[in-house]
Amino acid sequence: MKLKLPNPELDDRIPSYRDLERMEKEEAGDRPKWDNKAQYLLTCVGFCVGLGNVWRFPYLCQSHGGGAFMIPFLTLLVLEGIPLVHLEFAIGQRLRKGNVAVWSSIHPYLTGVGIASLLVSFLVGMYYNTIMAWIMWYLFNSFQSPLPWSQCPLNANRTGVVEECARSSTTDYFWYRETLNTSAAIDEFGGPQWWIVLTLLAAWTVLYVCCIRGIETTGKAVYVTSTLPYVVLTIFLIRGLTLKGSIEGIKFLFTPDINELMNPTAWLDAGAQVFYSFSLAFGGLVSFSSYNSIHNNCEQDAVLISIINGCTSVYSATVIYSIIGFRATQNFDDCTADNILKLMNTFNYPENMITENNYNEVLSNLNQTNPDIIQGLQLQTCDIQVFLSQGVEGTGLAFIVFTEAIIKMPISPLWAILFFAMLFCLGLSTMFGNIEGVVVPLQDLNVLPRTWPKEVLCALTCLISLAFGLIFSLSSGSYWLALFDNFAGSIPLLVIGFCEMFAVMYIYGVDRFNKDIEFMIGHKPNMFWQVTWRFVSPLIMVVILVFYFITQISKNPTYLVWDQEAESFPTLTRRPYPSWVYIIIFILAGIPSLAVPVVALYKFNQRKCCKQKDYSDSTLDTISAKIQRSDEIKF
Amino acid sequence: MLWKVLLLLGLSSAWAQKLCSPGASDGYKVRLSINSALGDQAYVWNENEMFLFRATLAFAMRTYSDGQEYDVANVVVCDETPRVSFWFVVTSPLDASLLVDKRRVEEAVRKSRSRINSAFLLTDDTLEFIGIPPTLEAPVAPDTPPWLIAFGVVMGGVGAGIVVLLVSSVVQKIRKKRDGEEETGGKTENEAASDAIYNMSFSDDEPVTQM
Repeated sequence: MKLKLPNPELDDRIPSYRDLERMEKEEAGDRPKWDNKAQYLLTCVGFCVGLGNVWRFPYLCQSHGGGAFMIPFLTLLVLEGIPLVHLEFAIGQRLRKGNVAVWSSIHPYLTGVGIASLLVSFLVGMYYNTIMAWIMWYLFNSFQSPLPWSQCPLNANRTGVVEECARSSTTDYFWYRETLNTSAAIDEFGGPQWWIVLTLLAAWTVLYVCCIRGIETTGKAVYVTSTLPYVVLTIFLIRGLTLKGSIEGIKFLFTPDINELMNPTAWLDAGAQVFYSFSLAFGGLVSFSSYNSIHNNCEQDAVLISIINGCTSVYSATVIYSIIGFRATQNFDDCTADNILKLMNTFNYPENMITENNYNEVLSNLNQTNPDIIQGLQLQTCDIQVFLSQGVEGTGLAFIVFTEAIIKMPISPLWAILFFAMLFCLGLSTMFGNIEGVVVPLQDLNVLPRTWPKEVLCALTCLISLAFGLIFSLSSGSYWLALFDNFAGSIPLLVIGFCEMFAVMYIYGVDRFNKDIEFMIGHKPNMFWQVTWRFVSPLIMVVILVFYFITQISKNPTYLVWDQEAESFPTLTRRPYPSWVYIIIFILAGIPSLAVPVVALYKFNQRKCCKQKDYSDSTLDTISAKIQRSDEIKF
Repeated sequence: MLWKVLLLLGLSSAWAQKLCSPGASDGYKVRLSINSALGDQAYVWNENEMFLFRATLAFAMRTYSDGQEYDVANVVVCDETPRVSFWFVVTSPLDASLLVDKRRVEEAVRKSRSRINSAFLLTDDTLEFIGIPPTLEAPVAPDTPPWLIAFGVVMGGVGAGIVVLLVSSVVQKIRKKRDGEEETGGKTENEAASDAIYNMSFSDDEPVTQM
């Protein structure tokens, strides 16, 4: 099926093959270039491999049937992830422009796709860098012994610890009270927390210094930020495997439950994870590929990056769960030791009489002889499965669970520094792609006069994002972040991704695209690419989008709060959002998604009213007309 | 004569035992967890260790109470269990049938807690006086929080980096401008053309001008 929508004058908007060869030979144009292939690959790997690989994938893997989750994940990686990445690489390399310019080259009505990407990159960058600020806060606090999250502070009269800390745990308290100083609801704004404002400032300035000259500076930074995480993961793997209980964690992660494959949620979550994990539809990948030489093998790159991303997810899941297994075993041992102590103290048994091995026997004997005393003791049931499945996703994993594991390891500050440095590098390299997806389109749209240097535009972007990002430094900041994460970074991306695919296949034309790839890498893309680009990947995206939409719309959106007065404290309580949040949700999810049709209509209107004035436009084919059009292309 | 002395001794020890009983109003229960504290290096609890305990407590009473000369005999112990827990009471050195008030004992124990702990190589958790909670030590709070120091270092480095990069790009621009002005007119135009966006109208020109 060769559906192709009419697209006249496309040739005038894009460079021809002869132009491309000339540009390549003469190295003309002021477009920056990669110093070497390694920089390009490291930047793309860094952009794709982010915090989600460390704290989202392991949780999905474990909750959707462990080893069995690999099947939907790998299937969708091949059917959805790799084709989309190849598409973005190829179109960027062919059209050699920033994201907005690429889509408006394909058709002026598609400028909305680029603008939507710009908006999403901006919104996501805002909250992602706040997570970076939190990571920096923990990193700065790791340079002391004992670590501040290993102890509860004392209460006013020094008779015991602070109540909030006693009821929850030291790491909970440090995260919710000393870091976030969180309020109990999203409408209890509170004021900005000065230490979070400082770390936000630090996060944005570090990002600025790395992005100040575009890929000239980020290309150097990625040598560290993209490689350090792998080094640290390996160190943690070796450390983790020497700890007691780590194998339990890995077994828990990978134990397959084939029945989960029947559950559609597993497939949906796998698809969504593949899509978001590849940082598609942000515009960053298109932009990075546009700096490549014209005959770079983008097909190979796409496959390579996808495989690296998939393998990193699995590797980091193994590492994370080995440490989680250690923590769970420690908690289990502490729980059992507690119970044993209680029994010993009550019945005055000598110390080594009850051990972990005979605990159950002794307990059942005592239950038969003195049941009422046993009841009165209120012994806890210690179940290692419960400990293994505790709160292991997102910020909870990094800042509560993992920090708890770290304080149980010897030489804790070292492990804390390594861990948070790793998270910082993972996030920073993703932010490079985000900034690329914001700054370069703004340049293309001529937001600032051309004579102003790139550094100024980058500084303005960082400054404005920092200013808006101050909302996340309020007491309710973490709830705002969860809101942004759920809505700004989900539906708009799926919409943009689908539009991109549709645009390249049916507006740009699959024939033209195939010829382009043949020109660039020497052979036409084979049947696999044809089928996935034209049918399979768009279909998967539509299915995920529809299901996402349905699940979001069908239930009232809720969020989790840390409320000391709630019954279920210290577990987070689920509360519904106040009604004004719907406006915010519309701004976050609706405006970028609607940018696509709205800008299309606007351009259509513009053309219509201009066409009526100038009816000689389409018939004239002179050099001067072409010069005029090349002015248009220059943006 | 001798049997009178013996009778008195027997009576006094029996009397002392009567003073000490589990749940005595002026007594405290002590619990030791030697194995969990010391593991392999745990010592066996025996009469000698008990003697050390009584002596340490007598020391505490001497130093931190009213200054009277308490002796080992003034610390009476009873109800020993295999758990290693027991009750003790303290009698006054002046009158063996009088018990020292609970609060004075508590105060003395509190003040000398670390000495008692170290005598037995134990800690507040493993040598428990039931009813006397240990005074918690406030965590050490340095004057400047360490995180501010790390923050300052990072911000300093980053600030220096930004300044260096901005200055170097300004210097580069000035140098380029200067080089550009030194060239002759025609050459600069060509340079300007290659610096600027590649003008595709010229490339499209070729098919038209080829004769």
